[in-house]
Order: sequence, then structure tokens, then C-alpha cells
Amino acid sequence: MDLSAINPVQLIAFLMVAATPVLLAAIGELIVEKSGVLNLGVEGMMITGAIAGFAVTVETGSPAVGFVAAAGAGALLSCLFVVLTQFALANQVASGLALTLFGLGLSALLGQSYVGVKPPTTPKVEIAGLSDLPVVGPILFNHDLMVYFGIALVAATWAVLKFTRTGLILRAVGENHDAAHALGYKVVRIRILAILFGGACAGLGGAYISLIRVPQWTEGMTAGVGWIALALVVFASWKPWRALLGAYLFGGVTVVQLNLQAAGVAIPVEYLAMSPYLITIVVLVILSADKSSAPAALGRVFHASR
Amino acid sequence: MSDVLLSLKGLTKAYPGVVANDQVSFDIGVGEVHALLGENGAGKSTLVKMIYGLVKPDSGMMELNGRAFAPAEPRAARADGIAMVFQHFSLFDALNVAENIALGMENPPKMRDLASRIKSVSENYGLPLDPFRTVGDLSAGERQRVEIIRCLLQDPKLLIMDEPTSVLTPQEVEILFQTLRKLKAEGTSILYISHKLEEIRSLCDFATILRLGQNVGACVPRDTSARDMAEMMVGTALKTPERAGRELGPVALSIRGLSVPAPSAFGTALKDVTLTVHKGEILGIGGVAGNGQDELLSVLSGEVLCAPGEVLLHGDAIGQMNPTKRRKLGVLAAPEERLGHAAAPDMSLTENALLTGSVRQGLETRGMIHWSRAKEFAEAVIAGFDVRTPGPGNAARALSGGNLQKFVIGREVLQDPDVLVVNQPTWGVDAAAAAAIRQSLLDLAAKGAAVICISQDLDELMEISDNFAALNEGRLSAPRSTQGLSVDEIGLMMGGAHGMEVAHV
Amino acid sequence: MIRLEKRPDPSRGWSLATPVVAVLATMLAGGLLFAALGKDPIVAIRTIFWEPLFGEFSFYYRPQLVVKGAPLVLIAIGLSLGFKAGIWNIGAEGQYIIGALTGAGVGLAFYPTESVFIFPLMVLAGALGGWAWAMIPAILKTRFGTNEILVSLMLVYVAEQLLASMSLGLLKNPEGFGFPGSRNLQQYDSAHNAELIAGSGLHWGAAAALIAVIFAYVLVNKHMTGFHIRLTGDAPRAARFAGVSPARLVLFCLGISGALAGLAGLFEVSGPAGVVSIDFNVGYGFTAIIVAFLGRLHPVGILLAGALMALTYIGGDIAQSNLGLPSAAIQVFQGMLLFFLLAFDVLTNFRIRLGASEVA
Repeated sequence: MDLSAINPVQLIAFLMVAATPVLLAAIGELIVEKSGVLNLGVEGMMITGAIAGFAVTVETGSPAVGFVAAAGAGALLSCLFVVLTQFALANQVASGLALTLFGLGLSALLGQSYVGVKPPTTPKVEIAGLSDLPVVGPILFNHDLMVYFGIALVAATWAVLKFTRTGLILRAVGENHDAAHALGYKVVRIRILAILFGGACAGLGGAYISLIRVPQWTEGMTAGVGWIALALVVFASWKPWRALLGAYLFGGVTVVQLNLQAAGVAIPVEYLAMSPYLITIVVLVILSADKSSAPAALGRVFHASR
Repeated sequence: MSDVLLSLKGLTKAYPGVVANDQVSFDIGVGEVHALLGENGAGKSTLVKMIYGLVKPDSGMMELNGRAFAPAEPRAARADGIAMVFQHFSLFDALNVAENIALGMENPPKMRDLASRIKSVSENYGLPLDPFRTVGDLSAGERQRVEIIRCLLQDPKLLIMDEPTSVLTPQEVEILFQTLRKLKAEGTSILYISHKLEEIRSLCDFATILRLGQNVGACVPRDTSARDMAEMMVGTALKTPERAGRELGPVALSIRGLSVPAPSAFGTALKDVTLTVHKGEILGIGGVAGNGQDELLSVLSGEVLCAPGEVLLHGDAIGQMNPTKRRKLGVLAAPEERLGHAAAPDMSLTENALLTGSVRQGLETRGMIHWSRAKEFAEAVIAGFDVRTPGPGNAARALSGGNLQKFVIGREVLQDPDVLVVNQPTWGVDAAAAAAIRQSLLDLAAKGAAVICISQDLDELMEISDNFAALNEGRLSAPRSTQGLSVDEIGLMMGGAHGMEVAHV
Repeated sequence: MIRLEKRPDPSRGWSLATPVVAVLATMLAGGLLFAALGKDPIVAIRTIFWEPLFGEFSFYYRPQLVVKGAPLVLIAIGLSLGFKAGIWNIGAEGQYIIGALTGAGVGLAFYPTESVFIFPLMVLAGALGGWAWAMIPAILKTRFGTNEILVSLMLVYVAEQLLASMSLGLLKNPEGFGFPGSRNLQQYDSAHNAELIAGSGLHWGAAAALIAVIFAYVLVNKHMTGFHIRLTGDAPRAARFAGVSPARLVLFCLGISGALAGLAGLFEVSGPAGVVSIDFNVGYGFTAIIVAFLGRLHPVGILLAGALMALTYIGGDIAQSNLGLPSAAIQVFQGMLLFFLLAFDVLTNFRIRLGASEVA
């Protein structure tokens, strides 16, 4: 065992990379839940985004096009959820599960010919001077664009929810859809947009895994990250900055356990590998006492009757 | 009455199986307070929803200031100067006052400017309000102010108020009326929906009466007696429940120093509640909605447990017993919320009869259900309480509110309780059915049961109860005999104006 | 404009017809999918739905139907109880794995002793293992209000890692020449879940599934507990008012579904699979969710749905070897089934009206 091989600077830099997929998916789901919809299909949308982004990148050679395609694929899959929950008024829990099961199958089908293929690398944003700084350089200024995009998305989501009328209406719909309807807001339309946004974010998160984090395509490679993103939203009490914190916590656990595996610690690999899931449970338990900040209409079916 | 502001001509709206409005026509003058009077289900709500653009009429037309008026959505109605205060508040608990108000405006100013406008308008009309308080923490009266101020900020020409006083104490009603009179003096028209006749007589210039969706008459309330208006509204002469002279027996149930924390963020904590109810007594408990009524019922029904000795039945501690055990001992309850609490909406009436009847009616042995007996019990309730339904196999949600209420009350009364706790027993029920329900409570008491009747309808409580107490912010006032109790005294027991004259700023 | 109008009473007709319509729609959409993959859709559908039952080799496939259907039914019956009450155990896959581990572990501990008591002990251990694994989300939910969906699901990944660890470590066959995986329980008579009638596919798991169906039917339709489960699903507040303790119901529903999933795992590992290995689980725990919904959460419906889903597994295998249809296509096919089912379910509670819409 050689713990000295673990470089704390690299650890932090890699933590930000490890956190990005779950962060993107969680921010998307946060918006969905703020509008009063519980979409448990994050895992399915992520894995679909992962294969769509991967395939398009391989075919076009451009990771940028790939990420756009992944966002589109995630949003497209979430349309199924829209049909089920907003038009057919189906149970949101069951519909989310359907989306996940369907997405896992679909991605496996689409990805058959991409197993073992190596995708083009996504370039890092190097800022002359800054990237070469000791410690700060590798941590802050030596990442791919998506890491910064994730953080920017957190800031933008926070600002929109807190300061804009769009954010206010979104919160209102998630709080009391009947009242929002009575005031003349288009509850279903607002929710559809939120769900599509959530799908696009999950797709981006998935593509980040297959294009940058791993990078290759294997069946079921999201391995529960979508579910962890759902847990993260609860952890974050539906607040964007806390989602960032949670994502980094999760990323940290992942990176540390991987490093410990590599360093050959006496703990068996399997027990290290299960640690992110166990820690997610522990965090959920600690934070589930406070549900006061949950959107009041979360998961409830809306049907404008009279 | 000078100029006509809004003119309704032959408005008709039908839903499957029911004509909600049938050729309704009347005019509202500028600066007029116009009452729309009618029983539950008379079509008042549908009518105002058409004016507010929430529902489109099937036929008929409206004119606003002489021009055709057909709002496609509330936004359009608001743009034309129509504002509405809803019966069930359309507010967002987790948002603050200013945010709630901004949501109701087309082009709200910046939050800071809006906040100062809220302050100035609210003080100007005698309805002080802090723009940054979370709405979920406000009292019912304050929540109503939020809605009114939301309307006033848009300088409405017509203000629609749907049953505004049902959530207010008598003192708070007086403050509201002063505001409305001030608005009227400034030339604002008000469409005032209510079934409380005395209020209409003191406030309104003109009244239109709806019955079963039709305009059945109009009157000048000041010159018409409450009894005449009531009979126009109901269509028949009213029968008041008979109340035999009663002698109270020994104490049946008592609560001693009961305190229970609030069940949820926006719920009410019960604080040091003490009461006793005797055999043969009806104890009326009044109070504005949201002052602990639901919580009190839950503690008595056994849904919420407390220290054993805080609730005593015939002197025995039952505070730790669950609802099933309490039913076995004869303590029954009928909650306010019919669908979802007292009854399961998607289940049949037979299943809903089983819901509370399983223990006392012998509908199960060691867990195995006797469906035929359950059905018989459901049929007995349907027959005994004149529940209009094709049969016990129908889902609870298919029943009208009044019929389901009769079923819910009947289900408990027929189980021959020692103690019955009811919350809002006649809410949303037509006058004839309400009278029948009240009579059944009186009969039950006459047979020696103790009845606790929680209600926001003070007239109802005065009519049937022997003693009266009021809930105010989770505290229960000392009970008083209903004989000779004045409206002012009742209002003070309910918390007066809740200190609302004094601003929260 | 199309508009939904709530029915006063749920439609019984549609409630029965929905699964059939959903299956037909899935066949249609599945056919399109297969066509897109370059296969003849009619041949593919025929291969999946006809071949296993009436084809040339149906004598071999029919017993397989029982082998694959039994665990699905067993798990789905347990899940359906919770789903009715709005208690969402999504982690049956994990409970299935743990049941297999504990059950097989008990059996292997006795190796090579032969005794009639070993198999019953394994059954008990399997049920207890699944039950205990389900108690984790149950207790966390009742004590701390933690979301059971997320916890039960996280525990699937934990269980998979445990399975890997066990098949490479504690339960590894000491005579296996270093290969991963346990001893083969099929070759250990006292621990073998053999066919009850040779060549029928009918092993103890299938018997347990049938018993579970009957038990669930009586529970849901004739017993107060079943009534309370349905009541909780329809109106949680009314259930409290009726005297139901939500915490006890959570423990009951999660406990039963965990125990049944554990049993399914044990019967699988000691019978058809034989060996505890990394990839011994094939996702029955997740497919059972589809089975539960497709069967409308009704015990008899689940029995039929389990058979249908087993058919798609077997037919999918045949289509894979005969037509080269990718196995993932069948996964998509199963996912579509749940999708269509939920979509058509709207007709049970709503009527579709054509005409002018209300102002939305």
C-alpha cells in the first residue's frame, strides 16, 4: 500500500471531473422538481445521453456536436415522460421507472456497435499563464469546458430561481398548481418545459461520463449516477449551490475510493466500490428529517377540472 | 344606481349531467355592491369564473361599459379591470407576500418598489401587511388581505369576492366591510358572493338570487327580511331542527391540559386545551379555520396520540389508544375533509362503510372481512340518511359533496357512539340536508351521547349546542352556555380581530 | 381539441382491457423497431410469442416458461402489495441477490453433509436475507422519513458488490481451480432445488409463486390488512383515520416483498443457476416491476403478466439465436410494454372527449 502516491492537487482536480455528471443531472432534476414534477427517469435519460453523445462524437469527430446531441437525446426521451405524466396523467413514480427501464434497454441497443471504440478526446480549456500556476492551475484552470459549464449552470439556475419572474412562476407552479392555474398560468406548458430541460441536463451528464470521465461506451455505464443525482436534489434541499456542494462531496468520495483502490489499500475493492452508494444513503438519512423546503405539489397529478 | 358597469345577458354553462348556469342575466352598476346569493351548488362559482375568464360560457354574452366582453383567460379579464378574491385562497404558502402579489400582476415592478407600494396601499385601506412575510405563516384573515391587496394594486373596476367572511371573526368582518365601503365610495363595483344574509343586508345595495343555476329573483337587501331572502334562495319554507329541553348526564369525555406540537410546517400546535363534555350534551367549538380544528379532531379520533391522561373517557385514560381501540370504546369522529380523510375517493361506499364500521358493526372476524355485512351496513347508512346514489357499489368520489357528507355523518351516527366528534358537519351541504344532519346530532344527544361539534358556522353552533367554546391559535377558550351569548362575546372568544388593526410592520 | 374528462367511477372494462391493448400496441411498436433493425417484423413477433409455446422445440421451451416466470411472479407479488399502498420498493434486485447469498451460504456451510433439513433451512435463510435487506429502507423510512425509493435502489448496487466479493471470496469454490463462483448446488443433493416433476420446469420456486398468488389474493380481497393497504394507496389520511399505522404498513409491505424477492433469489441459485457467480442475477428484480404493473397489481393478473414476460425472455433468446435480434431489443420491448400500459391506463379513470377545450 502506498498512500503517498495520492497527489492531493490531482485529487481535487479529478474530483471536479467526477462530480460534473451528477451535478449536471441534479441541476436538471432540481428544476423539474421545483416545477412540482418528480421524474425518476434520470438514470434512463443519462444513459441515453451517454450513448447518443458518444455515437455522434465518434461519427462526427466533434465532441461539441456530441454534447448537443446528448442534450437533444435526453430531452427527446423525457418527451415520453411528458406524454405519460402531463397528458395521460399517469403516476409519476411508475412513469419515471418506465423511462429508466426503457432508456437502459434503448441505450444498450443503440450502443452495440460502439463497444470498445475510443472516442475523440475532448479538449481542455487552457488559459495561458493561469493553467501553469502551481496548485491553483491544475485545480481551477485545467479543465474541459463542461466542468465550467456545470458551475455556470448552477449559478444561472440560482439566479433565475431567485431573481427572475420565470423563476417565480416556476416555483409557484411547483408550490400550488391549482392556484397557479387559477391565476391563469399554463401549468402543463411550464412543467413540460421544465421536464425537457431536465432531460437535456441529464443527457449532458450522461455524455460527460462516456466522452470524458471514462471515456468509452459500456452497457449500463451510468451505474446509478442518475439515482444519486435524485438523492442529491433532496440533499440540496432544492437549492442549486447546495447541489454543487453535494456533487463535490460525491465526486470526492468516488475519487478517494478509486485512489485507495489504486494504492492497494487492504480494504477489498468491492467494499470501496460500494462506498459512494452507502455514503449517499447515510447522507439521505441525515438530511431527510427536513422536508420543509420540498415543493408542495411535488409528484401530485394536475388535472384542470372546472 | 347610475351607469351599468357589467351586464350579463343569458349566460348558460352546462357540464355533463348538470346545467350550472341557465340563462342568467343581470347588471352591476358602477360603484355598486352587488350581492350574488345562493346555496351551495346554485351556480355562483361557475358564474364568476365566466366573468373572470376561467370558464367559457356555452351561450350568452357579457358587456363591460357597453362593449362586448369575452375574456379568454384571467389575464384578459384582469387587463379589463376585473379582479377576484377566491373562496379557497389561491396563495402560495412557501412564497412571501410580495412574491404572491407579483404573481397576480401582469407587469409587476421591481420587488423593492412593489414592496413599498404594498405597504402604502395596504395602510391606505386599513389592511396593514408586511410584504416580506411568508404567506404560510399568516392567519386566515391576513391571507385574505394578501388577495385583496393583490387586486387593489391593479385599480380594479370590479372586485369579485367569493365568500370572503367565512374565514373571519365578527370583528375582522367589520374591518373588511370598512375597506369595502371605502372602495365603493371611490367608485369601485363589488360583486359579493355569500349565503350569509345579515352580512348582505348590512353591506350590499342590490342582490341577485340564484337557485339551481337560474336567476330566481332580485331584491334590495336593506328592505327585505333575511327570512324572505332565505326562502327565495332555498325555494321552500325552512324547517328548523327541533331541540328538546335537555338535561346533561355525567361527564363522558374530558381533555386536561393537552398540548400537541404542530403536525407540519404550516399546521397549528394545540396549547393547554381543557374541555369536558357530558352525556347528552352538544359542545359547540367555533373559531376561524386553521386555528387547530383539524388537530383537535385528530387528537380525539386517535390519529394523533398524546399522553394517556390528557384525554379521558368516563375517567379512563385513552390518550395512547389508536382510532380502532377508541371506536371499540364508542369514541367516533367525522373529519372535515370528506374526500381523502373521512372517505377514500376511489373506493366504493361499501368499502368506505368498512373504513370506520369494521369494529363496532362486526364486519370482520380475526381480520377476515364479511363483505355482505359491510354492504348491508352501507345500505343502512344510505337509506337512513337519504344518500342519493345508485347503490353501495359506487365510488365515493362519484357522490356530490352534500350526499357524501350525509354518508360520512350517517356512518358514524348509526354506529351508536358514546362520544361523537364532528368537524364542519354541514359544510357545502344544501339547507335541507344541513337541517337533517343537525337534527341527527340533536337526536343522538337526546339518546344520551356526548357530541362535540366543531364548526365555523356560528349560527349552526348557536342553534344546536348547549355550550360554546372557541379555538384561537390552538388555544381553547373556557366554554360558556350558549343561552344569552352575544355576537360580540363570541367574537372576542374567537380572538377578536387578532390584533390586526395593529400593523405587523 | 382532445380533452380528458374524469369518470365518476373508475371503468372496470378499461381496467381489464388496458393490459391487452398495451400488449398489442407494444407488438406494433416492437414490430416497427425490429423492422428498423432490418428484421422481418412478423417473423420476429411470431418467434417471440409463438415459437416458445407452439413451435418445433416447444417441448423444451415450455418448461423454461415456468423457470423464468416463477421468480418474476414471486417478486412481483411482493412488490404489488407495496405499490398498492404507495410504498415503492425499487430494490428487489438487491433483495434477490442477498436472498441468494444467504440461502446458498447456509447450504454451502453444510457441504458435504446430506440431510433433508438443509434445503428448508436454506429457504428460511433466503427469505430472511431478502427480508433483512428490505428492512434497511423500511426502518430508515419509518425512523427518519428517508425516501425508500432511493435507499432500496442504492442497496442494489451495494448488493451487486457484495455478490462480487462473495463469489470471489467467501463462497468461492475451493476446488474450482481459482475460477470465480461457488460450488454448483445442482451437484449437492441436499441443497438442490430440483424439478418436482422431471421435465416440467416446476421447481419449488414455481410452487412458492403459486402459493404467493393465492396468499396475496386472499390478503388483498378478504383481509383487513389488504383493505388497509389499498386504503393507504387511495387516501393515506383516510387510512390513518381508519386506524392504520403507516409505519407498520411500511415494515409489512417492504418486509414481504423483500422476503419474496429473497426466496426467488434462493430458488434461482439453488436450481436453474446452481452457482453463485458475479453475473448470476439477470435483472428479474427490475423486470418484476413491469410484471407487477402489467398485472394491474392484481395477483391473478401478475400470474398472467409473469407468464407473458417469461415468454418475451425466451422468445427473445430464440430470436437472438435464429434471427440475430440483439438481446437489448427485448429489453426495449419490455420497457415499451410498461410505457404503453401507463399511457393507456388513463382510460380507466378518464374519458377522452373531442371538442372545444375549456380555457386551460
